[in-house]
Amino acid sequence: MSESTSYHGQPLIKEPIWTWEIPCYFFTGGLAGGSAGLAYLSQLRGNEVLARRAWTGATVGIGMSPLFLISDLGRPMRFLNMLRMFKVSSPMSVGSWILSASGASTTLAALNAWTGRFPRSARFARPAAALLGLPLSTYTAALVANTAVPVWHEARRMLPFVFGSGAALSAGAAAVIATPPEHAAPARRLALASAALELASNEVMKKQLGEHGEPYQRGAPSKFSHLTQALIVSGAGLLLRRGQSSRGAAIAAGSMLCAGALSARWTVFKAGFQSASDPKYVVEPQRRMIERGERRGASRRVSQVREVQLDKGSPATAPLPLSGS
Amino acid sequence: MSPQLETVAWPASYGEHAQPRMGFFTDTSVCIGCKACEVACKEWNQIPMSMQGFTGKSYDNTIDLGADTWRHVAFIEQKAPARVVEKLPTDVTDGASLVDCAARAQAVEGGVQTYQESDGFRWLMASDVCKHCTHAACLDACPTGALFRTEYGTVVVQEDVCNGCGYCVPACPFGVLDQREGDGRVWKCTLCYDRLKDDKEPACAQACPTNSIQFGELSELHERAEHRLARLQQAGQDKAQLYLADGDDGIGGAGAFFLLLDEPEVYGLPPDPVDTRRDLGEIWAAAGAAAVALGIGLAAAVFGGQR
Ligand code: SF4
Repeated sequence: MSESTSYHGQPLIKEPIWTWEIPCYFFTGGLAGGSAGLAYLSQLRGNEVLARRAWTGATVGIGMSPLFLISDLGRPMRFLNMLRMFKVSSPMSVGSWILSASGASTTLAALNAWTGRFPRSARFARPAAALLGLPLSTYTAALVANTAVPVWHEARRMLPFVFGSGAALSAGAAAVIATPPEHAAPARRLALASAALELASNEVMKKQLGEHGEPYQRGAPSKFSHLTQALIVSGAGLLLRRGQSSRGAAIAAGSMLCAGALSARWTVFKAGFQSASDPKYVVEPQRRMIERGERRGASRRVSQVREVQLDKGSPATAPLPLSGS
Repeated sequence: MSPQLETVAWPASYGEHAQPRMGFFTDTSVCIGCKACEVACKEWNQIPMSMQGFTGKSYDNTIDLGADTWRHVAFIEQKAPARVVEKLPTDVTDGASLVDCAARAQAVEGGVQTYQESDGFRWLMASDVCKHCTHAACLDACPTGALFRTEYGTVVVQEDVCNGCGYCVPACPFGVLDQREGDGRVWKCTLCYDRLKDDKEPACAQACPTNSIQFGELSELHERAEHRLARLQQAGQDKAQLYLADGDDGIGGAGAFFLLLDEPEVYGLPPDPVDTRRDLGEIWAAAGAAAVALGIGLAAAVFGGQR
């Protein structure tokens, strides 16, 4: 498509105004959500050592999340306005409620896991935290998909699975770091399986995106995408070979995998900016859909009136009366 | 397709307080690029300065809509052969002989020739604004309820509620909203909500010397627009088109719609804008399925092997 079909090369939609805090939150939210589930299930299985550490991971994640989110607001003092309503039409509103409830239940469960206090409320808080952690890990994908940014919106079916894999990866990797290897078998299984899923789901997403996926092939998203792959592949390799025998290797591998999960969120984040900033990513797919007859577009050349009346619709001859006057 | 007037919240939620849905019909064929609308909007709404300096992009030094530009006049320079108005409607020429220049003079007077053409060159000028969508993505995305639908069916940000989360910014399919620097909140056209309440027309419409910006009840504006389109088409402006005038486009039609002389993307407008809410069911379903899958995955990892 030639230059002339954009307006002086200007973007048609706005880039998000979100800054570095948001991809960090995608990571910490996923870490919290995945870890809460891992902790609860480990407790059910009787692996208290792993469970306690996973509860800690969940608490760290859920504790940092609101800090990132509030710091990103244009008016941080007004953060409580996020709970002014509950709107299903706004993933950000739904997410604010999930995050709040998740924060309360995770903190309680973690407190109980380490100190044994609040046993009765913890009985409810544990499964609640584990359950809420699941949507906490995937709603962020719904949030970015529910925009006009093509590379996010067109990935709307796959993106939650990408984010879900990332949440499992960070939870597994964090638990691998914090847990002595003899108690960390489930965490290793989780980290390895989700590392494979993270890489695979990313590829599926890019494939499904087709022409919309080009922003992943250039610039910052492409760099982050390569970094993600390198971190995840080497982290998983190390974990597989030495994670069981060496605490040091487990810590190194877990750190690489966590970094990989963060970098994966960063890739998606950056791709959105690239997709929004170039008008061709917005116009070309829309134009092609119209040309293929799949959509009618927003323009119409045929008037619904046949008889042309002189006194109607000519601004030069018929100034409009003010309303109400 | 007839225009859809009803929105989710208007008029139902206003009951007897609902006013007719008001809007803009921006007829770009008579825009002369004077920027009176930009200035009037800035003045009335006390919008901070947005100097871009000399951009080199024709006469456009405001470039796009944003927190500090709520009306934006676009300037497009096209190389095009001088258009001879051939197919003038007979009632315009009044039976006079179709000598070229006479026809042209007539056309200008009758308003079917645009002011934007000269020999070998064509100016397209258009005043852009928030579309006040029937299905407004910004409004649905807003988590605080700062964005709301007024009794006139327009879309307005309440600056005392907005906390600058920025979700509406990438949600809008037209890139209308943006965050104001040093302020943190988002701002956009209010369709002069304050003036409407006083039975005044919006500042831009009042300032527009050619009536390129027409304000009124949306239903009436639609009727005018259809006639205007018919006349321009009849006068040989075969690319003339109504943009966002129909209820079956991706945003359910707009409160501010346009008559364009070329394709929307030429003016920096998306040819097929879609309200993201349309796909939200699918989005929530995918997020739910992924959450379930995550739960199954966690359970498999914990229970599927040695403790
Ligand atoms: S044009 Fe953008 S800012 Fe205006 S109502 Fe529609 S979605 Fe909201």
